[in-house]
Amino acid sequence: MLSAIGANSIEDLFAHLPAEVRLNRPLDIAPGKSEYEIVDYFKARGEENANGYASFLGAGVYHHYRPVLVDTVVSRGEFLTSYTPYQAEIAQGTLTTIFEFQTMICQLTGMEVANASMYDGSTAVPEAAMMAMRITGRDRIVVARTVHPEYREVLATYAQHQGMPVAECGYRRDAGTLDEDDLEKRVDEETAAVIIQSPNFFGIVEDVRRAAEIAHRRGALLIVVFAEAVSLGLLEPPREADIVAGELQSFAISPAYGGPFAGIIATKEKFMRQMPGRIVGETKDSRGNRAFCLTLATREQHIRREKATSNICTNQALIALMATVFMTVYGKEGLRELAEQNLAKAHYLAGKVPLRFSGPFFNEFVASTNGRAPDQVNDGLLKKKIIGGLALGRFYPELENAMLLCATEMSRREKMDAVAEAFQG
Amino acid sequence: MIRKVRPHINQNEPLLFERSSPGKRGYQLPALDVPAVDAAAVLGGRNTRAEIEGFPEVSEVEAIRHFTRLSTHNYAIDLGLYPLGSCTMKYNPRVNEQVARIEGLAWAHPYQPESLSQGILEVMGALEKMLAEITGMDAVTLQPAAGAHGEFTGILLIRALLESRGNPRKKLLIPDSAHGTNPATATTAGYAVENIKSNARGMVDVEELAKSVTEDVAALMITNPNTLGVFEENITRIAEILHAKGAMVYMDGANMNALVGIARPGDFGVDVMHLNLHKTFSTPHGGGGPGSGPVAVKGPLAPFLPTPRLQRVGSRWTWNYDLAQSIGRVRAFYGNIGMHIRALAYILAHGGDGLRNATKDAVLNANYIRTLIEPYYDLPHKAPTMHECVFSDDRQSKRGVRTGDIAKRLIDYGFHPYTVSFPLIVHGALMIEPTETESKDELDLFIDAMISIAQEVEENPEVVLKAPHDTRTSRVDEVTAARKPVVRWKPESTSGKAAD
Repeated sequence: MLSAIGANSIEDLFAHLPAEVRLNRPLDIAPGKSEYEIVDYFKARGEENANGYASFLGAGVYHHYRPVLVDTVVSRGEFLTSYTPYQAEIAQGTLTTIFEFQTMICQLTGMEVANASMYDGSTAVPEAAMMAMRITGRDRIVVARTVHPEYREVLATYAQHQGMPVAECGYRRDAGTLDEDDLEKRVDEETAAVIIQSPNFFGIVEDVRRAAEIAHRRGALLIVVFAEAVSLGLLEPPREADIVAGELQSFAISPAYGGPFAGIIATKEKFMRQMPGRIVGETKDSRGNRAFCLTLATREQHIRREKATSNICTNQALIALMATVFMTVYGKEGLRELAEQNLAKAHYLAGKVPLRFSGPFFNEFVASTNGRAPDQVNDGLLKKKIIGGLALGRFYPELENAMLLCATEMSRREKMDAVAEAFQG
Repeated sequence: MIRKVRPHINQNEPLLFERSSPGKRGYQLPALDVPAVDAAAVLGGRNTRAEIEGFPEVSEVEAIRHFTRLSTHNYAIDLGLYPLGSCTMKYNPRVNEQVARIEGLAWAHPYQPESLSQGILEVMGALEKMLAEITGMDAVTLQPAAGAHGEFTGILLIRALLESRGNPRKKLLIPDSAHGTNPATATTAGYAVENIKSNARGMVDVEELAKSVTEDVAALMITNPNTLGVFEENITRIAEILHAKGAMVYMDGANMNALVGIARPGDFGVDVMHLNLHKTFSTPHGGGGPGSGPVAVKGPLAPFLPTPRLQRVGSRWTWNYDLAQSIGRVRAFYGNIGMHIRALAYILAHGGDGLRNATKDAVLNANYIRTLIEPYYDLPHKAPTMHECVFSDDRQSKRGVRTGDIAKRLIDYGFHPYTVSFPLIVHGALMIEPTETESKDELDLFIDAMISIAQEVEENPEVVLKAPHDTRTSRVDEVTAARKPVVRWKPESTSGKAAD
């Protein structure tokens, strides 16, 4: 190869680099390891983490069973080792599954169009807010304090440089739902969007219709966020929303200490051209056969550069595929039955501990620790190899003696009984 | 002559929704070990939905066949060279996939106690340290989810530092050869964009740049090597010009595969940069993600890094949330950890020398392709090639054949096309990046294909213009797709097509 190039050594190919930019020593990284050593290294790291613990943590990351088919499909090299399907003729596999994904997200959320995925739920929120700004020409956002606290932190990071003032709307201390009177006061003619989450961070189902009325009366859009996608197997979808921004981790995505996950944005057809992210559309090939391709690219940064709807490029295609396989395996009946099991488990556990809020909940809820610090309850549980709930004081100082508990189809009755017992001790 | 491929039988497959029949199911759930509850009673009747209209109903075997058949409609690295310039489509080692699925790592909850998370934190700590060594920077955050997200994070860091000095400034300078994400990022971070023209050698024109650097400029966003695969030889001088005016240098690390072990951005004046773990560090592209976009910075920018920061206290790892100057969070939790595991596995497998050798092979492969196809295609910029080379369709377009047509013809030869029509500064660009993981045999097949297509353009341009010929899907009508968008399946829109 070198003789074809006309070089004496590979080193010659770097000869044009100025001397002052060259690294004149080896990288300080240990010599390469064999496959066996690498597996061994990571197994050891896995052993240093929680292993064999039952967990009652939710709060945006849920422990659901992953059907075997999911890994089987995403391990196929044709899906795993391809890239963004720019060349439609040899990417119909990916394009077709994304089209199916977009369709299923619409069916789930009650929206008319959906994109091919966002990074995650937390970044879908500011992208939805910026989309609302473009649609309304207004710049103010009102977000419920019952939206995931970390999603709100991400929104704040994006908002501060967008000229997008964000106001927070409180929650009802009895029901744990959005305080609608407070929302009424905060929404005005400059509000681009109201952002609520349902089920909210406390696991409670919000009144989407009521929030939509308040927002729409002032000409603002309603953005509904979801973090627990399994809930949509049972809950009425947020049809009154203008934009739905959500997180699909619940659909067979392993918790993986927080990522990679996949977010989505779905909306009404009339707002499609303001939607960020990739979109796949149906068309035909030159022989007249049905075909799919990336479309509406004129919204995107490749063409629009600084005028693009978003800077997002690589998204979460493989994770979206995992969710697609999950939705296919469970299907119409299965997703409902799965949601019903979650509901039943959570209500079983909730029946045995003191509840902080009275609002209707899906698979997580806030429990009062009766004047004790939540860590006291959790420490006792850890001795039984049970990870308890999330202490809420870090996000809500007024809830320092409360924890967020989650039960899914994976929660076994005897472990839930052990949690209930810890609350009494 | 086409040597690499020949057609074979390939299954048709309808959409899931067309395959569904009422009552079919592919799942099993265990029997409920607690009493069932009446959903309408506990949630309220108006909060519960009727069935999900149109949702799939298929058996397990139908599901596996559906996705397996569709997978065979894709091209992939596992099938051959995937020379998308700037995308660094290298082999994705399978051991990385296996270790990312180890239970204690894959099933770790982000809110589980730190005392039960030391293994995963050690992985992240080790990766941060190695990326700092590779880039020559002082601190690294792993939080950003992808390259463009890393750009956004990096620009916010610059803004925060400048703000702390009294003035965030107004604009970013971006070379006209840059990725489209750069200007889009600038807008998202609240900056105006000023384009910087490249010179005849495809590099930033230093004199022109100097004129543009004013007190209003926050930073230059530069890609090095740039999108022509050319190393910006004046990078040290460029950094001096920016620094002299109190501005910063942001480096887009998309092309870091040309530099690892050879040169470090931290040693040539870069203040902040992102890396694409899905490019340089072999995490799979997955049909368009997930990626991961760690950001590396010099010391003065470190106090502004996203919340939380991983910290070593004594013999334990811990998260530090007490960061008064931080730009805040750019993402929930701590980043795309599954990608961090894979990238660390890649680095451990290669070691320092192996990483350097990978870089050398990547540059060798790109130069080999450049040299052997240069007699047949116009090479507008003659500066030395690093990891990728950019030709134009200047000669072929005289016969009415454009870069997009040549790309489609490559498919018939058994290859994924190169990056088409980018960078924008080259009219009709063919941007080719082979990476280090391709053998000489595979490169030779590709070179033969490119030469053969050049001859076809001279002798029979029609065969190129109508390509691809042998794929199950022929040229796709993208214009109609954009004009009349159909972006979801509906029962009526596809009736009569169920047997596709």
